[in-house]
Amino acid sequence: MFYRRSGILHLDYRYERQLWPLPFDRLLVATVAILLLAAPFVVNRLYLVAYLLPWLIWSSAALGLNLLMGGAGQIHLGYGAVMAIGAYTSVHLVRFGAPLELAMLAGGLASAAIGIVFGAAALRVKSLYLAMATIAMQYIVDFTIVHLPGVSGGVLATIQVPMVRFLGFKIEGDLPTYYMALLVCAVITLFMLNVDRTAVGRALAAVREKDFAAEIIGIDTFKYKLLAFWISSFIGGVVGSVLVVCYLRSVSPDQFHLDLSVQILAMVLVGGLGSVLGSFFGAGLILFAPIIFEGLIGITAAALGVQINADLKAHLPLMLYGALIVVFLLVEPLGLAKIYDNVRNYFLVWPFRTSRT
Amino acid sequence: MDLGLLEELTVTGALVGAMYGLVALGIVLIYKTSGTANFAQGAIAMMGAYVVWAFAGAAGLPMWLAIAVAILLMFAFGVAVERTVLRRMIGQPVIMIVMLTFGIELLLRGVVPGFLGSTVKRINLGIPQAPVFLGDMLINRAYLIGGGVSAALIMAAVILFNSRFGIIMRAVPDDQVASWSVGIRVERAIAVAWGLAAIAATAAGVLWGSIQGVNWSLSLLLIKALAIAILGGLDSIGGVLLAAVLVGVCESLATGLLDPLTGGGTRDMAASIIIVTTLMVRPYGLFGQERIERV
Repeated sequence: MFYRRSGILHLDYRYERQLWPLPFDRLLVATVAILLLAAPFVVNRLYLVAYLLPWLIWSSAALGLNLLMGGAGQIHLGYGAVMAIGAYTSVHLVRFGAPLELAMLAGGLASAAIGIVFGAAALRVKSLYLAMATIAMQYIVDFTIVHLPGVSGGVLATIQVPMVRFLGFKIEGDLPTYYMALLVCAVITLFMLNVDRTAVGRALAAVREKDFAAEIIGIDTFKYKLLAFWISSFIGGVVGSVLVVCYLRSVSPDQFHLDLSVQILAMVLVGGLGSVLGSFFGAGLILFAPIIFEGLIGITAAALGVQINADLKAHLPLMLYGALIVVFLLVEPLGLAKIYDNVRNYFLVWPFRTSRT
Repeated sequence: MDLGLLEELTVTGALVGAMYGLVALGIVLIYKTSGTANFAQGAIAMMGAYVVWAFAGAAGLPMWLAIAVAILLMFAFGVAVERTVLRRMIGQPVIMIVMLTFGIELLLRGVVPGFLGSTVKRINLGIPQAPVFLGDMLINRAYLIGGGVSAALIMAAVILFNSRFGIIMRAVPDDQVASWSVGIRVERAIAVAWGLAAIAATAAGVLWGSIQGVNWSLSLLLIKALAIAILGGLDSIGGVLLAAVLVGVCESLATGLLDPLTGGGTRDMAASIIIVTTLMVRPYGLFGQERIERV
């Protein structure tokens, strides 16, 4: 119907290597891009700041983690700590008067440098150990940030971020912040879309599928695992700095606890491992599901005249994250992206049935 | 440096460590039989404590009965988790299974306090408050009993694994197909391991719950248990006991000696640092078997 085409006919190599070979996909991407660009003038400011902006930033973070988990098949339970390193580095640089462009890059580099240490410790053994090393990293980084007054300014301190400029534009108010987040998100998305088509991306995929098989066909497994760690941590650091410098405009240690890592992990798993589109879906679901669910429960409770106690309400997000992770891993391990893909494949040859693969 | 304080910290640390070791025991049991780590162990410990509280505090059963009921229920819960969730993941990459158990951890951490209340609950095991004097050391009676019970349970697990039943359990991870062919029910062995792990977690949860009260923070035992499991070697039950004592002592010394300098919080750091150092120096732990991968 929407995508209808008969057979696959690649006339030349360029056609075969296109990101979006189908006109419908190109149209869809263009529409979404235009909608996102026009959003500040269409959407209510409140929705823009409360929903669209966090969604863009969390999607960027999920993309970074997805490169590591979906692209290279390495687990990371401490992504929040990675973002924290980037955030604090850039905040301090900005406060010292460094331009934001440099501060963001430095934040990314700092995250990558520290993140790679923990990765290197665990990568000598199997993925199981990586999970433990990264969870330890989360605690160690949390502790270090809180207990170094030079970094956090104290246990309960919140550091305000001064006015910043990016490429000459003042990042102040909703509009520039939104476009800044959109720009970073777009750059990361383009990178992620293209990394699969490069030698690095293919090497990572080989490592993900079977690391010793990859080793045998001449891929330096250790190097590529570390590289994945490095890139992913770099993205995490940059996103952390965007989150703090542009969006929250202040930073305190409790923003980056294990909860954040868990959220981003849930985004990646629910959205779909290794899928760019999935990261956006996952971020959307994980961010908004608790809000919607809470609203629904509130309405139901009001309709039935039942009082929902505060404990239940407070633990709802955690329940949802856990349930979503478990259900998706059991039912659809490739997440929302796979569901979208199934629907798309169905319509691709509609009214005929796709062969079940 | 006050030598008396040092001794006291060491003894207390060893006892506390043994209690952490109970949680680690579950992780090791499951790793030993099924080859995957259980990241839900902390939440299962918390759930066990909540169940005991629900029967003893809320339903008014006597404590021994409440604990017995809780142990039965938690065994069933462990078996059920394996049967309904983990078994469907057989053959999937380890990373998936690890994330699944982590998902279960989150789910339990939300569901249990969400429905049973997140305020701190008391479990009264009837241990007197008065400390015990060992020479000139003051030892908290709850730690003494808790540590003793934990060490006994870990030793029981060691003995269990040397019995006929234990040989069956050990055969399973060695070669699942081969154990199948000699008549071992592989699925049942793994399910039993999950049940036993849940029991160990419950015991730990109750002991800790009686000391610090029952709330979600019991699930933080996970990180300590992971440190012990890694340090002792993921597939060594005997290693758990030694590693537990080591981790406990490190933690206690860190709390006693470093906390005044850093302003608190080193307690939770000790476990994390032990994990990272072990991975760097000796990834398979003190007594763990080095896994050689065959292509």
